[in-house]
Amino acid sequence: MMSYETVEDLPEAPLATRPSDRITTASWRTFRPVIRLEACTKCYVCWKFCPDVAIGIDKAGWPVVLLDYCKGCGICAEECKPRAIDMVKEG
Amino acid sequence: MVQLVISGNYAQSYAAKLARVQVVAAYPITPQTQIVEKIAEFVASGELPAQYIEVESEHSALQACISAAALGARTYTATSSQGLLLMHELLHWASGARAPIVMGNVNRAIAPPWSIWADHGDSMAQRDTGWIQIYAESNQEVLDTTLMAFRLSEDPEVLLPAMVTEDAFFLSHTVEPVDIPSQEQVDGFLPRRRASEGIRPGTPGRLGSFTGPELYAEMRYKVGQAMGRAADVLLEVEDDYRRVTGRDHGGPLPTYRAEDADAVLITMGTASTTARSVVDDMRERGGKVGLAKLRVFRPFPVRAIRELGARVDRIGVLDRSYTFGPMGAAYTEVAGALYAGRSRPLLRNFIAGLGGRDITPTTVEAMYAALLTGDGAEVDWIDLKRKREVGANG
Repeated sequence: MMSYETVEDLPEAPLATRPSDRITTASWRTFRPVIRLEACTKCYVCWKFCPDVAIGIDKAGWPVVLLDYCKGCGICAEECKPRAIDMVKEG
Repeated sequence: MVQLVISGNYAQSYAAKLARVQVVAAYPITPQTQIVEKIAEFVASGELPAQYIEVESEHSALQACISAAALGARTYTATSSQGLLLMHELLHWASGARAPIVMGNVNRAIAPPWSIWADHGDSMAQRDTGWIQIYAESNQEVLDTTLMAFRLSEDPEVLLPAMVTEDAFFLSHTVEPVDIPSQEQVDGFLPRRRASEGIRPGTPGRLGSFTGPELYAEMRYKVGQAMGRAADVLLEVEDDYRRVTGRDHGGPLPTYRAEDADAVLITMGTASTTARSVVDDMRERGGKVGLAKLRVFRPFPVRAIRELGARVDRIGVLDRSYTFGPMGAAYTEVAGALYAGRSRPLLRNFIAGLGGRDITPTTVEAMYAALLTGDGAEVDWIDLKRKREVGANG
């Protein structure tokens, strides 16, 4: 990753050449969603509502929180119909 | 070279064609529509091999232009008034992304109340968006300035979008003879744009990017530096244009009979023509008055204004817009430039000609009279209609 210190280092235009999926945002998180699979119905409402596309689906069809990108907003837990997602404070 | 009798709007269209623009995205609005209609005809007939992107709003038009220009295409759009206001957010994006778009803006009043006539309020309200702004006085100047704007805007030392404005109807719909340079002349003056160094088709990348408090100020400073360099590049570009076509328009602040003048009026756009004729009339009667045309508003010609201030004791600034501040927008900039200069002339601000009202020779003469006597308010709405004061004898 290129780093810039001063105005002379910077390129003229703020063009990002790294795709945004290479920028992780895990450190933004205060609370982590934890999915209790025993209560999950695979309705995928969490996947649908996540504003950061940070819910994946595993091979067995279970939702998985992508912790490199999850910012801990809690929308998945709020929207989950069977209340299968707990927001757990990061240590 | 041929001469065509065309409107200011068609002068924009012919300039875009001669510049061999590659991408055009625009949305119609009176009194601009003819500009992009004519360009659409050029594209449809095959005379101009360009992508003409039809969009649902001015906001989308400018977004399309930003993407195209950032990737290295020569890009043009045109708008006016409310359309320019709808672009406001993306005007910042264009300059911040260093996308060298050239835009024709037909200066039209802003609603409410609805008005389609000449007024600089639309582009003056965008003076702080990082765009180069050049105000044209004639259809010839529209064509020449638009061609120069591509060179200036795309210069690697500049890379800022540029707006070439023309007064609604006074230029946009009035035909004049315009010298059209040949394609060979224009090709020599304005070579094809090189592709972007930053983002290329096939390589992942994003416009805009993100920065924290560590480097935001530095990115803003770079835009300011580029605008500063644009002031010098503009002079080089105009020199080159003169070499190719034999014409120039006198840099950012051309003056007329100002050398020994007791009072100079600063004007923008078509009012300059009227004021020049008033200067001649008053000179014939012995009045030592002169004119300075504020042709380039961004980058603001601080040095030229200070040089003028060092020579002239009384300076008036005509603002053909009202931007809701305590003083007119051009006046504020002129006064700001002069305050830290070596001399501080007497200053007057005339707000006149709003919403297409004619700025007549009588109105201009009243401005010179107010300047020469030093009477009247600092900010004078000189053509405002008021109830006449009733004298003691009724």
